[in-house]
Amino acid sequence: MANWKKLAMFGTSALLLAACGNGGGTDEGTDNGAAPEEGGDEEQFTISMVTDTGGVDDRSFNESAWEGMQEWAEENDLSEDAVSYYQSDTESDYVPNLNNATNDGHDIIYGIGFLLEDPIQTIAEQNPDRMYGIVDSVVDLDNVVSLNFNDHENSYLAGMAAALTTETDKVGFIGGIEGPIIDRFQTGFTEGVAAVDDSIEVDIQYANSFSDTAAGQQIAAAMYSNGADVIFHASGAVGNGVFQEARNRMEDGSDIDLWVIGVDQDQEAEGEWADGNVTLASTIKKVGQAIKLSANEAKDGNFKGGENISYGFAEDGIDFTRGFIEDEAWEQIEEAREQITNGELEVKEFTYTEVEDAE
Amino acid sequence: MNVIGILQLLVTSSLMYSAPLIFTAIAGAFSERSGVVNIGLEGIMVMGAFSSAIFNLLFFDTFGNSTPWVAMLFGGLVGLLFSLLHAVATVNLRADHVVSGTALNLLAPGLSVFLVRVIYGKAQTGPLRRSFGITSFPILKDIPVIGKIFFTSVTPLGYLGILTGVIGWFVLFKTPFGLRLRAVGEHPVAAESVGINVYMYKYAGVLISGFLGGIGGAIQAQAIVNEFGILTVSGQGFMAMAAMIFGKWNPIGVTFAAIFFGFAQSLSRVGHYIPIIQNVPTIYLQILPYVLTIIILVAFLGKSEAPKALGKPYIKSK
Repeated sequence: MANWKKLAMFGTSALLLAACGNGGGTDEGTDNGAAPEEGGDEEQFTISMVTDTGGVDDRSFNESAWEGMQEWAEENDLSEDAVSYYQSDTESDYVPNLNNATNDGHDIIYGIGFLLEDPIQTIAEQNPDRMYGIVDSVVDLDNVVSLNFNDHENSYLAGMAAALTTETDKVGFIGGIEGPIIDRFQTGFTEGVAAVDDSIEVDIQYANSFSDTAAGQQIAAAMYSNGADVIFHASGAVGNGVFQEARNRMEDGSDIDLWVIGVDQDQEAEGEWADGNVTLASTIKKVGQAIKLSANEAKDGNFKGGENISYGFAEDGIDFTRGFIEDEAWEQIEEAREQITNGELEVKEFTYTEVEDAE
Repeated sequence: MNVIGILQLLVTSSLMYSAPLIFTAIAGAFSERSGVVNIGLEGIMVMGAFSSAIFNLLFFDTFGNSTPWVAMLFGGLVGLLFSLLHAVATVNLRADHVVSGTALNLLAPGLSVFLVRVIYGKAQTGPLRRSFGITSFPILKDIPVIGKIFFTSVTPLGYLGILTGVIGWFVLFKTPFGLRLRAVGEHPVAAESVGINVYMYKYAGVLISGFLGGIGGAIQAQAIVNEFGILTVSGQGFMAMAAMIFGKWNPIGVTFAAIFFGFAQSLSRVGHYIPIIQNVPTIYLQILPYVLTIIILVAFLGKSEAPKALGKPYIKSK
């Protein structure tokens, strides 16, 4: 049918455009697969990553991972060819991308995000002599290093910040989709609030999405109307709606100050409005830092295959921004950070009591 | 929260959620009434959202606080130009409407995200300079009870959407232009036999649809998401099409269908705070929007009938 041909044609042209987009902004594309062994020079150590469907500029762990890799190349005086990424546009791209990366001869290949757990498992089993890494998940193989983050630790500080800032004694938590990753945020947050004052009510809601911004706005509207004045969101793009609602209410002349605590990166720009800012602070997850450390270890021959490494404050894998937190509150938060770093204070990781077989 | 507080929350968050849907659903009604299936509403929304976001960022210094409104019209204009592709393909070239619409849906995200990457070096524009806020209507807000529920701290866009619905209904059902547009969608041969320029009316339907769809996208970007990225418009165009069928291709009907969608979503989220239904397990609240839609569709609305000549290419008689 002629129509099908047309569809195919339109489809291909759109895909072509999309493909141009992938490599358009950065100097490393998906197809710099020229074999690194070529040329007489001594072989360069190269690392590569396969993104999840969020893409390399998702303003979250993919972007952070890629930035970390670029910094790593710079710090080690390596050429730009030493780092590269393979963009996955759909879930069916994971395995082919990992295969390509393996065939292109990169020394260590990272799968970014828990969605790549199974693909990494498959490919790593097929190539036992190669090195792999997985972020935000655990793959129990000798040639895979698992990089995880103590999101509960900086969420604990977020909880303290919320509890020390609230004037209504009611704070909110908005999660994306329920699961172990977001559960860490929720647990840390509620623990942090309770540590300051256990009479403060924590309103916990899930959006069941990481992309439905309108849902975030509706949930935030309900929370603020119900008396909460600080909301911590761990919900990706859903959070945009939370910021929007807080700003709208402030612009409309809210009686009390409303706040949002950002996630994964400094979200101060999202909170700006004409006369102020609603971003109280942000929890930060330094995926790039973890990749840098692990790449250096592998480069020096100390690849920690088979291990599950947790990056917390002690390892500089997470951070918490000061934002607009008052002096007195900040002192207490700094103190808690200190205690967490040197191990005096242990934060509960999951809401459920049965600990998953992490080791 | 007291009763008035809960009602106010339900009204304001329903209107906010449905504002982009209202415009886009009316857009769909205009196109389909002229006999052109417009499955490309999603793509048109993307272009509207994209162009309004860029406009908002670039021209804030010129237009100040009215920036979102001007950007909304600009988004509509870009939507109109983009829908021209659909009009040419379906009316002149007699392409399959679904295929052409799908092409718009594939083209828009690829093109816009590519351009954003070229302009800003990343996949999102970042926060806009000024978004549509919420407002309280003077005088109206002082009406006891009703003023508090309907006219305090609410998005004006919801009401603009309702107004557009009424105007759209008037144009489609009470003017000669509307009668001809509908005639073209029902029976183009008969329409042409009485001297109506079928192609012109089909173009009018699609272009009005492009303009309103672009506005819908601009509202999505500037009132809800406050930036443009690949996730800014994620399925709203298809929800608008559902609202259009739900509302029986009648602008007032589709307006209320869109508001109903917003209301059902809002109820599922505000439900946690309403004393009586508070204890209902979350899962039932979450499926509520879909269950309510099915119930209303089956129990209260009769058969929803599309224009007769919808989707059929029309070959002008010589």
